[in-house]
Amino acid sequence: MAVCVAVITKENYPLYISNIPAANELKFHYTVHTSLDVVEEKLSAVGKTASDLRELYLGLLYPTEDYKVYGYVANTKVKFVIVIDSSNTSFRDNEIRSMFRKLHTAYTDVMCNPFYTPGDPIRSKTFDNVISSMMMQVC
Amino acid sequence: MEREGVRMADEALFEFLHMEVISYIFKSLEKDDSDNGKCTAKLEGMGFRVGQGLVERFTRDIPRFKDELDIMKFVCKDFWAGIFKKQVDNLRTNHQGVYVLQDNRFRLLTQISAGKQYMEHAPKQWGAPGTPPTAPTIEEPPFMELALDRFLAFTCGLVRGALSNLGVNSIVTAEVSLLPACKFQVMMQRA
Repeated sequence: MAVCVAVITKENYPLYISNIPAANELKFHYTVHTSLDVVEEKLSAVGKTASDLRELYLGLLYPTEDYKVYGYVANTKVKFVIVIDSSNTSFRDNEIRSMFRKLHTAYTDVMCNPFYTPGDPIRSKTFDNVISSMMMQVC
Repeated sequence: MEREGVRMADEALFEFLHMEVISYIFKSLEKDDSDNGKCTAKLEGMGFRVGQGLVERFTRDIPRFKDELDIMKFVCKDFWAGIFKKQVDNLRTNHQGVYVLQDNRFRLLTQISAGKQYMEHAPKQWGAPGTPPTAPTIEEPPFMELALDRFLAFTCGLVRGALSNLGVNSIVTAEVSLLPACKFQVMMQRA
């Protein structure tokens, strides 16, 4: 199951990080932070085929011994990172993609909220509900 | 914003709302009587925030942009079509960060008559027979350019907000030479 979901702005600070086992929050912050380097590397990759460059979904960023980290960058340069428990290997690419799509949709809804100022941490209950449902879905 | 088979009246609503917002913001000026561009700045700021949200929605399913020109083409086609239900008619650039978008029939100006109504008032003196009682006291000609600034401010903000959320800092200005055609000039800022 997804253990951690993060939304990061183009200035590279987090708007929202949430993880399922509420302990070890710092470890997830650290994992997400290191994954940003990989995201940057993929974004500025030269010599790749044209179709790779135009995709929003970045795929598996890097696997650690316990977790796998996936990334997705929207056109507005906001980055989404999902960390998944390695023990759950039944996650297929399509499922991850659909999770990112739901995440992007939820983020767009937050952005269109006139009471939300871009750049502020996200404190929306609807957004929280979408994230919890995503993290629980295979639990 | 159109559901399949059901046409909503949102185009007319947006035009009316836009006119009323402008009129509301400028009415609150009557007391201190000095504009200083504060009202147009407010309108531009509103457009900026709306542009940021809109572009987030419109770019969701689109593949990543290759370069600035790609972004400007997106603004001219998808973005403009999403808001005004038509595309920008002409895009020119000097390839050095300045783009001019020309719309020959800008939706928010179509309701303003292209007749000589405003042109005639420019050289006349106020109080002469024939001037409408609600005309504001602006002396410098041409009256038309000054008054139309406010109708374009929101759209300038819209474009600036959209570009800013896509990672491009810019300055957007607009001018009208012949109603209802207008030109928006976008100047990209290099960091």
